[in-house]
Amino acid sequence: MYLPEDELQRIDEEERLLKGQYKHHIHVCLGANCLNAHSAQVLSALETEAKARGLEKVCSVTGGGCRGLCVAGPTVTLEPDNVLYGKVQPNDAGDIIASLGGEPVERLNRPTDNPFFMRQQRIVREMEGRLNPERIEDYIAAGGYKSLLKALNEMTPAEVINEITRSGLRGRGGAGYPTGLKWKTVAKARGEHKYVICNGDEGDPGAFMDRSVMDDFPHRLLEGIIIGAYAVGADRGYLYVRAEYPLSVKRLQLAIRQAQKQNLLGNNIAGTAFNFDLQVRVGAGAYVCGEETALIASIEGKRGQPRPRPPYPAESGLWGYPTLINNVETFANIGAIIRNGSAWYASIGTEKSKGTKVFALTGTVSHSGLIEVPMGTTLREIIFDIGGGIPDGRKFKAAQTGGPGGGCIPEQYLDLSVDFESLASVGSMMGSGGLVIMDDRTCMVNVAKYFLEFCKSESCGKCIPCRVGTAHMFDILDKITKGEATLDDLTLLEELCDTVKHTSLCGLGQSAPNPVLSTLRFFRDEYIAHIVDHVCPAGVCEFEKEAVR
Amino acid sequence: MSVVVTLKINDIDVSGQEDETILDVAREHDIYIPTMCHLDGLSSVGACRLCLVEVKGMNRLVTACTVKVAEGMEVYTETERLKKYRRMLVEMLFSEGNHICSVCVVNGRCELQSMAGRVGVQHITLPYYNPLRTLDTTHERFVIDRNRCILCTRCVRVCDEIEGAHTWDLGGRGIESHVVTDLNTFWGDSPTCTGCSKCVHVCPTGALFEKGRSVTEMTKHREFLPYLTMMREKK
Repeated sequence: MYLPEDELQRIDEEERLLKGQYKHHIHVCLGANCLNAHSAQVLSALETEAKARGLEKVCSVTGGGCRGLCVAGPTVTLEPDNVLYGKVQPNDAGDIIASLGGEPVERLNRPTDNPFFMRQQRIVREMEGRLNPERIEDYIAAGGYKSLLKALNEMTPAEVINEITRSGLRGRGGAGYPTGLKWKTVAKARGEHKYVICNGDEGDPGAFMDRSVMDDFPHRLLEGIIIGAYAVGADRGYLYVRAEYPLSVKRLQLAIRQAQKQNLLGNNIAGTAFNFDLQVRVGAGAYVCGEETALIASIEGKRGQPRPRPPYPAESGLWGYPTLINNVETFANIGAIIRNGSAWYASIGTEKSKGTKVFALTGTVSHSGLIEVPMGTTLREIIFDIGGGIPDGRKFKAAQTGGPGGGCIPEQYLDLSVDFESLASVGSMMGSGGLVIMDDRTCMVNVAKYFLEFCKSESCGKCIPCRVGTAHMFDILDKITKGEATLDDLTLLEELCDTVKHTSLCGLGQSAPNPVLSTLRFFRDEYIAHIVDHVCPAGVCEFEKEAVR
Repeated sequence: MSVVVTLKINDIDVSGQEDETILDVAREHDIYIPTMCHLDGLSSVGACRLCLVEVKGMNRLVTACTVKVAEGMEVYTETERLKKYRRMLVEMLFSEGNHICSVCVVNGRCELQSMAGRVGVQHITLPYYNPLRTLDTTHERFVIDRNRCILCTRCVRVCDEIEGAHTWDLGGRGIESHVVTDLNTFWGDSPTCTGCSKCVHVCPTGALFEKGRSVTEMTKHREFLPYLTMMREKK
């Protein structure tokens, strides 16, 4: 009889044997950021150099995924010495190969014993930089798909759901809905078919957490989705990925083919009676399709517009069937929870927000890149310890979390612990994990205007408040930044915020006023300075010489 | 067999069946809830947001046209907050398009016009956009004047759900959204349009009208819609 465990075991052993042949392993980051910085050329230069020196039997050169320190890309990781090189160029290959076994190349070396690496805790990004995303064998040798086999062979669907419920995992898409509860609802719903959808339509400006998961750990994502499908009883699934992520699409399609070949997807998965078919569906560029009902409409081939809930997708989703929709990062957590147990997961994080969260740390911060920290870490730790503080001796002004629907958090809340409730209490939100740091050269009115411009152009146009309201709000902000607004305009802006926030159909409109509301809450004096004194305190906005009063 | 539930709307005890929406039950009991995109006989899309009501225990406002009634529900339809939002929403509609009543074919019979009176909009505080919008007179009998369109999508739904032609759909997004015929071609060239005039008659404003009608001369007849729906349900 065919035993999938044996097959995984065989691949695992072969991999170890293969890896054991080499004395040195060189992993070149092939994430999107490093690829843009020509890491593919670095990879081939290293291969050529190793061959030229007759070292191809001693050192292996592979693509290895992302280490998170995007600011230093392209990055190269050496194992087992645990050396990290940054800003590597193809002509550095000779020095790198020559230094193997000896002292690392000083001019490229990036210390890994600093807070950026030491203060992080990795679950979603476990083994970062050491797994070749295009090989299923790498993932299997790292213990991959064992959680799936454990779930299929040793647990009933109800037990899987209970485990997820006990872990306290909450949806990582932004709203923080308890994952176990969602799974239970879909499991209870009745339907001839059930669907699982993975929402990979990450579109917040400055956010690239989900892309890194899809690019670097496609198999970890697949494993989570397949476990989810088993738990809720789904037989079909879609991975909805935005078209702007061609690398993710390519790697996920490859991963699906590899998983099908190993009988981890398809009919009778791993020799059990469980069937599950998964496909990649590519979005067409609308931000609103990250909203679950709009996403479903998009998969159905309709115009990407949200519809009122209830009924929720758990009850009536894709083509009217019960549908489980979770975010990429949520699914990427599942394997680790099944493997290590819910008690382990629940021990990480705060009382109400468990586990870790991946943030895309960008803006004016020294170490921009991807970080994963336990829930409850303070903003100060993230920005000043892990992020290395504000460069060029500038002063911190605000941190923007939660994407276009989030808010700006000022200096007095730097010791706020980062979790779903705390961020909401200061008028922002967790969102999907974008974290934009702004220094004292930033004009907060201009920031609000930027996000409103985004919401205005991404509004689908279905409901009146979002379609017309965001356009009016943008116009008023535009007037303020040009010194043409009056205090009456500010009052109207606040009224519009109230109406749009409470009457819009979907999350896009409901959260669109947040950037305005939070900057008005903490930086109202800047608005007044623009309107009354015709001065931009940060020196960003330019006014006409003859200001119109 | 559906279950009968009892609930309160504006502190009045009412009853309904559990597959009915808040709007259905309110109308049966002569409680007025303003609607623009809703039309009996078409699917509900919850787009105009005018039928938003407060339900005790729900932290968000809900659209009466899509939410089903439940036992013990307490609904409020005329709170100060709702009245303020409705005025703002109607103002938004006026500021978005080019609604000049004095030259409109449905002046005096227009749903947007009467809605403004009903929710108490006397003047528009928002700046007018005065957008440059198109008018398509290529159809031999009808005209679409997008200046007067409020994007309720009744035409899109009636064409798709009742006539089955799906000539109408939406193009663009956000403030640029507009109704289009087929793949954004001229209406007169449409191979799918059957010329049934259903879209013209469900249109709440003067955006769709019959050729040859002058100011105030267009009356819309919607009697066919509940009749057709009822006859189809009987089958």
